[in-house]
Amino acid sequence: MKNLKKVLAVVMAIALIVTCFAACGDNKTDEPDVKAVKAALICLHGDSSTYDKNFIDAFKQACANKGLTADDYTIVTDIPEGTACYDQAADLAETYDLIFADSFGHEPYMIQAAKEFPEVEFCHATGTKAHTEKLANYHNAFASIYEGRYLAGVAAGMKLVELYGDENGKVSDENAKIGYVGAWPYAEVISGYTSFYLGAKSVVENATMEVRYTNSWYDETAEKTTALALIDNGCKLISQHADSWGAPTACEERNVPNVSYNGSTVEKCPNTFIIASRINWTPYFEYIIDCVQNDKAIDTDWTGSIETGSVEITALGTAAAKGTQEKLDTVMAGLKDGSIKVFDCSTFTVTVDPAVKDSFGNVINASAIIDGKKGTETTEKISGHLTGFVADVDDAGDYIPETEVVEKSGDITFVNESGKRSAPYFNLIIDGITAITE
Amino acid sequence: MKKNKNNLKEPFVRIVKRDNIKIQKIILIYSIAIVGGLLLSGFISMMFSDKNLVDFFQSLFTGAFGSERKFWLLLQDTSLLLGTSMALLPAFKMKFWNLGGNGQILVGCLAAIACMFYLGGKVDDFVIIPLMLIASVTAGAIWAAIPAIFKAKFNTNESLFTLMMNYIAQSLVSLCITIWVKSGSGVLAPIAYGNIPDIGNKYLLPIILFVVITVLMHVYLRSSKHGYEISVVGESINTAKYVGIRVDKVIIRTMILSGAIAGLVGFVLAGSINHTISTASANNMGFTGIMATWLATFNPLMIILTSFFITFISKGMVEVRKTFMFTNDSISNIVVGIVYFAVIICSFFINYKLVFRKKEKEEIKK
Repeated sequence: MKNLKKVLAVVMAIALIVTCFAACGDNKTDEPDVKAVKAALICLHGDSSTYDKNFIDAFKQACANKGLTADDYTIVTDIPEGTACYDQAADLAETYDLIFADSFGHEPYMIQAAKEFPEVEFCHATGTKAHTEKLANYHNAFASIYEGRYLAGVAAGMKLVELYGDENGKVSDENAKIGYVGAWPYAEVISGYTSFYLGAKSVVENATMEVRYTNSWYDETAEKTTALALIDNGCKLISQHADSWGAPTACEERNVPNVSYNGSTVEKCPNTFIIASRINWTPYFEYIIDCVQNDKAIDTDWTGSIETGSVEITALGTAAAKGTQEKLDTVMAGLKDGSIKVFDCSTFTVTVDPAVKDSFGNVINASAIIDGKKGTETTEKISGHLTGFVADVDDAGDYIPETEVVEKSGDITFVNESGKRSAPYFNLIIDGITAITE
Repeated sequence: MKKNKNNLKEPFVRIVKRDNIKIQKIILIYSIAIVGGLLLSGFISMMFSDKNLVDFFQSLFTGAFGSERKFWLLLQDTSLLLGTSMALLPAFKMKFWNLGGNGQILVGCLAAIACMFYLGGKVDDFVIIPLMLIASVTAGAIWAAIPAIFKAKFNTNESLFTLMMNYIAQSLVSLCITIWVKSGSGVLAPIAYGNIPDIGNKYLLPIILFVVITVLMHVYLRSSKHGYEISVVGESINTAKYVGIRVDKVIIRTMILSGAIAGLVGFVLAGSINHTISTASANNMGFTGIMATWLATFNPLMIILTSFFITFISKGMVEVRKTFMFTNDSISNIVVGIVYFAVIICSFFINYKLVFRKKEKEEIKK
């Protein structure tokens, strides 16, 4: 009798366990018929860098939204831009279906891994090579952040008018000077500050901007001293393409208005913060997870926009001018319906002077075509509106531009930024901007 | 009763120098320290996550030994750290505090990359690679010789000097990148020329190279006249002068050797591993190498063990961070710090022992 009880207990226990497992199994099959996805994110730094934090937060959000549990995704931080990135990607490829890397220098190593693991999807932010590599499993992504920058520029222009405008809203030339702390003289940075400047110029017609580079993507001290140097040089408002707190805190110290990037700096700089633009990566992460779940192909180049929710502007700071929100709403609507183009060629002029060369001995703006005259062929100084612009979209390593990117939509002639590939390629220094390498 | 009279009381605990200690005991003390340090680290990691101690140790070992690739990487990175330590070792033996390992590796790497950048495609790889080797070793040697000459001739402080040379090397790298990368992205794409061919597999070259160098260094320090001179200079400069050793010559010669080996590490990084350079290419090995060298009490063969151990912890912690979802390197830095700290403390217990007061018993005997 005792034995029988024991046997019964064991049998029941086994039955219980089996049903448990069966139930677990059932649970999985009950889900809609999407493929299970395991996704991984590779970051250059950890969440102490605002740049990487932006990706980490978005990735977690997207995974949660798409029903991935903590076991289905992973985040690897502090992966340098070298073979270590390949090693990490290849290692992850053995368990994960989808791998994303967040830094420009990761690209060659992601491509290397993509070639080795054709069944795994590799995605990369800010990269330029997906459209020329033509791998089915390697993809680039960016966002039309220039639209966000333009909006931020409008808010900056409004602030200048509030501070220095006369009764007609005119600002003197001296007071219409903006300073910009750039990272590297790279298209992503140039495109960013040009769109910001054009936004400000749409409000303050005579605005000028002085750009100084720090030659580093992240250098708090250099960014701060550069911002202070710009302020000392007469700049009335500062913005930056740099990831640290350097420039915003310099502005707060000197009480100069600041337009930020990657996220609001209102907490530490309540008196000077106006607005910030940022790329929200959640929509892209959701898109690629969705593609893998449903066996759909991922776009080779994906450019997020205001519409996809990828380009965001933050809430206005208390330092913003009155009426800024209303103005931004109008401009935002214009950008959405296409009646406003950021790089509208009629709103800015470009100069090519064969005597003015950069540090490599190349004529500045040579790839511009001005009123039909090619910058590469001119022997005299020419200035005027763009009718053409050949950009180095293919990035084959030769630095020779090959793709015409000026297009027409209705009456508007404009530079189609991020239309030929997701990463920006606008690298002309337009009139009104002076750029100095520090 | 006598004790009370004199009013002398034996302290509760005394520290006594050990005369000789058995090797088993050394191993035991180290094991206790490492396991203790790791346990403490595990508990700290648990505090910031919902994972448990088993996950911690499992990830630690998976990160280092989890797959064939991981194991090879563990060996490769161990060998790089070993190479760096071999560069630092002769200088340290001489009590020349070379904190410039990072800079010496970096200029070595830069010299090789410069060869690849300017000669690639124009000359055959079989010509470029030997040139890279010469350039790297020379660059590293020069970078180390500069502070050595100043130390030997003007008695400048070598720690500060070598440290500053690191920053100059970094700025030099940034300058070259600015000149070479015309798109202005600040990132140099891998160069396809001057890549050292794989021997067997791509991880094997540094492993073999630096093990050989370790053995050579062992022999050099132990059995050569140079090695003897280094140890005499390290013990006492006056003694060295008295027995007729040219101290300045020894300092400069040894630092050239030190920098040349660091340059060799840079050569391997450029030619065999990364094919590109950034200001972070030295991966801070110049400082981690100091750790490996000191923990091994300047014994070249022991450095193999300490390099392996340090690489194991850092590889393991990458996996722990993944498992525990730490998106910040602070906690893993704390963990690595605790483990190192435990190991350093235990070297104290190898040299000294604690003697507790024995009371009553002795008195009764009397």
